[in-house]
Amino acid sequence: MSIKERKLTCIVCPKGCDLKVEFDADGKIAEVSGFTCPRGKDYAIAECTSPVRTVTSTVRCADGAVVAVKTSKPIPKSMIFDVMMEINSVLADNNVKIGDVVIANVLGTGADIIITSNK
Amino acid sequence: MEKNNVKRADLVIIGGGPAGMSAAVAAYEKGLRDILILERDDALGGILRQCIHNGFGLHRFGEELTGPEYAYRYEKQVREYGIPFMLNTMVIDVDGNKVVTAMNRECGIFKVEAKAVILAMGCRERPKGALNIAGCRPAGIYTAGTAQKFVNMKGLMPGREVVILGSGDIGLIMARRMTLEGAKVKAVCELMPYSGGLARNIEQCLNDFDIPLLLSHTVVDIHGKERLSAVTIAKVDEGRRPIPGTETTIPCDTLLLSCGLIPENELTKASGIELDRITGGARVDGDRETDIPGIFACGNVLHVHDLVDYVSEESVIAGEAAVRYINGEKSHGMALKLVTDGKIRYTVPQRISSAEKTKVYFRVSNVYRDVKITVKAGDRVLLEKKKQKVAPGEMETVILTPDMLSSCDKDETLAFSLEDIKK
Amino acid sequence: MFDCVVIGAGVVGGLVARELTKYNLSVCIVEKDSDVAMGATRANSAIVHAGYDAKEGTLKAKLNVRGSEMMESVCSELGVKYRRNGSLVVGFNDEDAATLHSLIERGHKNGVKGLSFLEREELVRLEPNIGSTVSCALRAETGAIVCPYELCMAAVGNAMDNGCELKLGFRVEGIEEKDGVYRVSSSEETVEAKTVINCAGVYSDDIAALVGDDSFSVRPRRGEYMLLDKECGSLVGHTVFRCPSKMGKGVLVSPTVDGNLLLGPTAEDIDDKTDTSTTADGLARVASLAGNQVNGISFGKVITSFTGLRATGSTGDFIINSPKRGFINCAGIESPGLTSAPAIAVYVADMLKNDGFALEKNDSFNGTRRPSHYFRELSEDEKNEIIKQNPDYAQVICRCETVTAGEIIEAIRTNPKPTDVDGVKRRTRATMGRCQGGFCTPYIVEILAREMGVPVTDITKSGGRSYINVGKTDKGKM
Repeated sequence: MSIKERKLTCIVCPKGCDLKVEFDADGKIAEVSGFTCPRGKDYAIAECTSPVRTVTSTVRCADGAVVAVKTSKPIPKSMIFDVMMEINSVLADNNVKIGDVVIANVLGTGADIIITSNK
Repeated sequence: MEKNNVKRADLVIIGGGPAGMSAAVAAYEKGLRDILILERDDALGGILRQCIHNGFGLHRFGEELTGPEYAYRYEKQVREYGIPFMLNTMVIDVDGNKVVTAMNRECGIFKVEAKAVILAMGCRERPKGALNIAGCRPAGIYTAGTAQKFVNMKGLMPGREVVILGSGDIGLIMARRMTLEGAKVKAVCELMPYSGGLARNIEQCLNDFDIPLLLSHTVVDIHGKERLSAVTIAKVDEGRRPIPGTETTIPCDTLLLSCGLIPENELTKASGIELDRITGGARVDGDRETDIPGIFACGNVLHVHDLVDYVSEESVIAGEAAVRYINGEKSHGMALKLVTDGKIRYTVPQRISSAEKTKVYFRVSNVYRDVKITVKAGDRVLLEKKKQKVAPGEMETVILTPDMLSSCDKDETLAFSLEDIKK
Repeated sequence: MFDCVVIGAGVVGGLVARELTKYNLSVCIVEKDSDVAMGATRANSAIVHAGYDAKEGTLKAKLNVRGSEMMESVCSELGVKYRRNGSLVVGFNDEDAATLHSLIERGHKNGVKGLSFLEREELVRLEPNIGSTVSCALRAETGAIVCPYELCMAAVGNAMDNGCELKLGFRVEGIEEKDGVYRVSSSEETVEAKTVINCAGVYSDDIAALVGDDSFSVRPRRGEYMLLDKECGSLVGHTVFRCPSKMGKGVLVSPTVDGNLLLGPTAEDIDDKTDTSTTADGLARVASLAGNQVNGISFGKVITSFTGLRATGSTGDFIINSPKRGFINCAGIESPGLTSAPAIAVYVADMLKNDGFALEKNDSFNGTRRPSHYFRELSEDEKNEIIKQNPDYAQVICRCETVTAGEIIEAIRTNPKPTDVDGVKRRTRATMGRCQGGFCTPYIVEILAREMGVPVTDITKSGGRSYINVGKTDKGKM
């Protein structure tokens, strides 16, 4: 019986390590290799169980200008476009500053949408 | 406005992006106070202001920041230290005597006489004209950075159906950004058989959204009279020539170009500073000093970096060295010349003028696996470093220690080469 | 009702209109595009030909020589950059040398001054980068360079300053004549005039057909060009042509008045009057031919390539005639059309006079215009004086060409007014530099929108539906 495996490129840092995740017969992760730091191993496991991503975008202020935003922590990859809908439906104050929260706990993910640029 | 429109400053820094701000902060922390940053845009931060994605700062701050957040860390420092800066100020000339001519709304055209100058103007993108693609010239063709400015700074959508030529990082980042804003990115074409972008960007910007990356492909025709209506792409052979019969026409309203960055060295050239043919930036020593004493260069104006963290690191070197120069303490004891074998395309610095610890940055010309980076002085091997894989898109470094350097004759040549490791 | 309607705002139409405003005539130019200078005027070799090329006795020969003589003073009145750099026609063998001698002879018959024959030795002293296999050359001292669209914009602008009206976006679809009054109509508007001057370039046969004149046809001839960075602008001083031979005409290698190097054109007869696309083959041909004529052309420094369509008439000569009283064709104005344009304008006015139209001198006519590029040529002190009055002149928008917001706003407010990004480009050189608008396009879009009082999403690259942006992010929700 062949062992199932999955090859990944680590996105934790710019090194972009080639990762390999091997699964046992039950589909459970048996071994992770190729990482060069603990975060790489964690990434490989998360990517094969519940992948997450940080989303960055912009929100419009009441005066029409745009400011940059991000999720305060990674959110489930499957929810990227849902979170984008939320980001696109909000209108920020004209005087927002870096670090301000524009949406708290977006879609129950536990992540806030926070401002990342000053006007 | 001062009399005759002439000002003075110990250190003038041209450019208030990550390079200029890092250099300014480093110079301040070495005790220099009379610093002036000249920035052409209406805010500090440079191109990072439009790079709203995350992934910056892991090396520098140990955390993942977005571009504007990274820039803001330095802006806060500049403001806290009270380092003077002028915005909306365009430098139009730097001469060999370190007189900087600039213009802005408040002062008109004015001059600043400096003891030292740091060039930190950044880089620009290679435009369509330089690529010489045949076809029409409709609206809808932009460099990835122009599209990034429209989307992230102006809140405007340059198009809805997108093809991207070139897999540089900005192109990859814009593939994701346009997708998130509802555009359909149909393909990313890359002329070379490998991507020029970071592996992680291919993963999270293309693969996450099922955007195809077509290696060894280019755009051979552009259609549409008013607005772009389609592009024709084709496979290319090993000589990068389009292969007849492989053409496919893809309907789209936007073509984004991400085909390389060019250090912005018009001022450098005009001042008579010697440039490196490969990097497009000045030739510098370990202190990032150009061949005109007291004029330094750092960041993307010197050579194009992958990571802003390295820009900051390099700019600290330039900022601190400028202070040593102003204080009459800069050493010129050695004149080591760094040469490369072609597989290694270039090094920065290109020469070393003191036996202090020196980090040498370099890029390779192709993807090589299982190689050994070797630095030799004559027959003596100073350093060997093994790498599983090196690629043009990823800058490499080696560190030359004071021990290694002081073992060299003062005008010796250091040869950088890449050799296969037999398995 | 106008006295004259000029169809087509190219360099011929512009100079004809300006010439007519020297008389007490009401003049209107109608132009199908969103700006002036959008046809052959926009993309050609930018050369003032000396006049040895056209066959003696033709209208081309006569108007070329006369136009070449007029050009310098017309440019100086209109504030248009003109440089008498001289031209060279280079030959590669004895056969070419013979051809060059016969061109000199023809030039003398046409009345061209300053022609001489150079052997290689002398030629190399004059142009050190001349191609290694070039053996001889014809030198024409009166050859010159000029910016054709700048000349056209200045001519139209000066005509407007003297009372001429300009209607853009006016595509002529019908012309009716009744009792000496012409009704010229687009799908939306009709103008009436006593006379019509057809300066419609590649479309001039279609316009003539509207009054029943099908005596000639005009076919577009595609010419592809490459423009190189200013770094290469001094590779040659003269305009370098290839001697016409069995091997074809070659291309020209020439500095431009703005300091770039221009290579081209190819010559390919096509059918589509709107096809200004470049081709991989054409550009490769330009590169290879230019490389024979001049050494050291750095093709890595190409900043843009483009195609122009020359209006090639079916008769081989310029077609300037009056098929019907009050209707004058200026058709088939191919090379040397730019050179001839000032002379064509005078020729047309004379035709009207000869046809019995009253042309009285307009005493208030002012033929001078401030150069559109005056600001960049001022001294630092003079610039600072202007900046004190208006700080916009210290705010650099285009970094590569150092064009300020003040210059851009002034161009947007000056006749003929641009309404799109390319229009601003042709007037100010903004976006024309090395980065080709990468940095400044977003700012120009904002300035145009503000000046025109329209949303930024309405701004186009070049009129029509050539929108720069298709909408706002987050679907424009505000």
